[in-house]
Amino acid sequence: MTKPDALLRVTPAGLCCVPGDFIIDPVRQAPRAVITHGHSDHARAGHGAVLATRETLAIMAARYGEGFAGATQPVRYGETTMHNGVGVTLVPAGHILGSAQVVLTWKDLKIVVSGDYKRRRDPTCAAFEPVVCDVFVSEATFGLPVFRHPDDSGEIAKLLKSVAQFPERCHLVGAYSLGKAQRIICLLREAGYDGTIYTHGALEKLNALYESFGVALGPLADATTAGAQSFAGAIIIAPPTAIAERWSRRFPDPVPAFASGWMRVRARARQRAIELPLVISDHADWDELTNTITEIHPGEVWLTHGEDEALLRWAEITGVKARPLALQGYEENEGE
Amino acid sequence: MRAFARLLDRLAFTPARNAKLTLVRDFLAETPDPDRGWALASLTGALSFDVAKPAFIRRAIESRMDSVLFAMSYDYVGDLAETVALVWPQRFGANREPELSEVVDALQSALRSDVQQLLEGWLDALDADGRWALLKLLTGGLRVGVSARLAKQALADLGGVEISQIEDIWHGQRPPYEDLFAWLEGRSERPSPDTPGRFRPVMLAQAIDEESDFPKLDAEDFAAEWKWDGIRVQAASEHGTRRLYSRTGDDIGHSFPDVIAALNFEGVIDGELLVMRDGAVAPFSDLQQRLNRKIPDSKIVAKFPAFIRAYDLLLDGEHDLRSLPFRERRLRLEEFLARSQLSRVDVSPLVDFDGWEALARLRAAPPDGDAQRAEGLMLKRWDSTYEAGRPKGPWFKWKRDPHLIDAVLMYAQRGHGKRSSFYSDYTFGVWRQDANGDHALTPVGKAYFGFTDEELKLLDKFVRDNTVERFGPVRSVRASRDFGLVLEIAFEGLQRSTRHKSGIAMRFPRVSRIRWDKPAREADELATLERMLK
Repeated sequence: MTKPDALLRVTPAGLCCVPGDFIIDPVRQAPRAVITHGHSDHARAGHGAVLATRETLAIMAARYGEGFAGATQPVRYGETTMHNGVGVTLVPAGHILGSAQVVLTWKDLKIVVSGDYKRRRDPTCAAFEPVVCDVFVSEATFGLPVFRHPDDSGEIAKLLKSVAQFPERCHLVGAYSLGKAQRIICLLREAGYDGTIYTHGALEKLNALYESFGVALGPLADATTAGAQSFAGAIIIAPPTAIAERWSRRFPDPVPAFASGWMRVRARARQRAIELPLVISDHADWDELTNTITEIHPGEVWLTHGEDEALLRWAEITGVKARPLALQGYEENEGE
Repeated sequence: MRAFARLLDRLAFTPARNAKLTLVRDFLAETPDPDRGWALASLTGALSFDVAKPAFIRRAIESRMDSVLFAMSYDYVGDLAETVALVWPQRFGANREPELSEVVDALQSALRSDVQQLLEGWLDALDADGRWALLKLLTGGLRVGVSARLAKQALADLGGVEISQIEDIWHGQRPPYEDLFAWLEGRSERPSPDTPGRFRPVMLAQAIDEESDFPKLDAEDFAAEWKWDGIRVQAASEHGTRRLYSRTGDDIGHSFPDVIAALNFEGVIDGELLVMRDGAVAPFSDLQQRLNRKIPDSKIVAKFPAFIRAYDLLLDGEHDLRSLPFRERRLRLEEFLARSQLSRVDVSPLVDFDGWEALARLRAAPPDGDAQRAEGLMLKRWDSTYEAGRPKGPWFKWKRDPHLIDAVLMYAQRGHGKRSSFYSDYTFGVWRQDANGDHALTPVGKAYFGFTDEELKLLDKFVRDNTVERFGPVRSVRASRDFGLVLEIAFEGLQRSTRHKSGIAMRFPRVSRIRWDKPAREADELATLERMLK
């Protein structure tokens, strides 16, 4: 069998497909790039040619402006394009709107690069599709057995119960502006919350973009320009950094909440002075990571960014061949 | 168990007292008997198990998962119970989740050798929050910041009654408190308060406002006493039951066997708990050596002997004196102590004075002896009955003026709740000269109140504009001989401390003024504080 290293290897610019002459999620400017999803540490501006899903390209255009790359090539999920003899197919990763795994086929070899992914249902994006392969390049953000995300409907119920218990306060929910924020809004709608949800200005463009792709978010209003109202009983969604910043002072006595997989560990919530941690993540947790590897049953697993040590140990005792790639340049934080 | 676990989880992250009250009250309203009663007991410390030692929990998890993976997880999380709660592998087909009362019942009747198996079965059936709550319950350390007082207030809110009505009967009630809930929900009569040795809710004093209060008050109507620097206690001895309670009704007798042994009387005394040697009051820090020990060893008891300085008598034999005026209760107290000849109780003397001005002079310059250690004065109307709570008018405390120093702001930390976007907790330091004659700041305390909301905004801006470094929620602030913000700090006293780098600890520090005008180099020196230690 062809050696996998001949098809894909680590370079300072990122994961490089050697015969295809492109880089997946380059961390510096590259002539040719394949982008898995729109989070800013994976999708940077200034590349020559970019191949990605239509949704990911739209997200990049919304964030960086139309001229974010020399040329763009939108592809549909499941569509295969050829690049110097390498077949490239994007398959849903279930991470955020437009997120994809990259399937590379070359000679007798198939490698799947998972990008960031999760396995549980998400009303804002297509579900992860497992692809049988020789090498599975997996993310490892939550690659430690302590990270097992609970059911998200239970977390949303916690938020709604708190809103009912403290009607005189507002709930300020920190959520990454791309993906998490829209997912929280959808989950609130699914739980029957039909009131106006207030959002930070940084979310506005992305909310509109999600809606243009058919993700209905219900009544929203800009929290910054909503004027001198009391916000008592309101839910406000803002980027995580904003909830501890001066911007949040316009709200009376808020309950600070944060939706993130990191909230599973108490010390993390305490560090940020969060009163209502919501364990909701767009990344695979420990069980999803290990179950996915077991399900796909690849010849080899390569681990990219995150906590790879424990996954390597798991692979060792399970008899799975695995190695760390130690990719640089992706944020340790979930998403962005 | 699920509702209890959710409650603990919320409480652990909720710093504000009012929000905690809402959480506990709602839980008690929504949860059925007997679960809510057991939950209440575990929150107030009336129910504690220490059946599960750390080694025991470790053994359970290591039989279920790879020890290397566990070690990596523990290393990341840092807390054994939390780690085990998170990593415990799910088992499909496990039993349904146990209710809290099932756990309590099983533990109360289980043999020690059965506990391991019970524990593992419950861990299999619970989710991560439930496992955390269970492990905290079994290791006897809930630590979610709920005092017995807060739990009682939540009960009072639940039933729409005064907290003193709860306190009056609390010590006759046993978990799971079904009679108590029945009364609070209007399903039955109030349980009887006639339990020997029960706690009587205490009467507290208002702080006097010198400008507005004194002109309205006649010195003739008041008795004055020194305000002793110990802790307020109630000593009860009835029909062989002896109890020592804190101001909030916590039973602290176990920490003071020497005092309990000396309660040779029938009645209830209100007084101050003090460490005394040769009849003289020792500093508060000596009492602290006793306060935090659940069960002190005999060496500590001998080294820091505890006494009660009595200032009121609530019960004399069978007679409840609380409806009598203070003048009469005071006579009864003196007569009671003379009759009882108690080895560890003396009387707090009345301070003779002739008009408010004379009293002010005494307060400013107390006579030699114990009065030197007093925190100030207490004023009690001669005609005041003993009333639970903090009624306005009958009793006043008139504290000594605080000590003041000028210190330099060194670090600031973000607050909680309303203040979560403000840097509102300030660590301040004073100058210390090293062997080379160089001056460096050494932190001497932390203050998070004493300023107005407007001043807080300015302080917050100063912190943000002058941040040198960040460590999580803490920022270090520019502070040198040539630049820095001077805070005038008021505090009640100083103690030596081995835990603080400066060697001193402040009592009750707060910001009294912000000295925008004062150059940092003119702030106080550590030597000034050391001289105040005496």
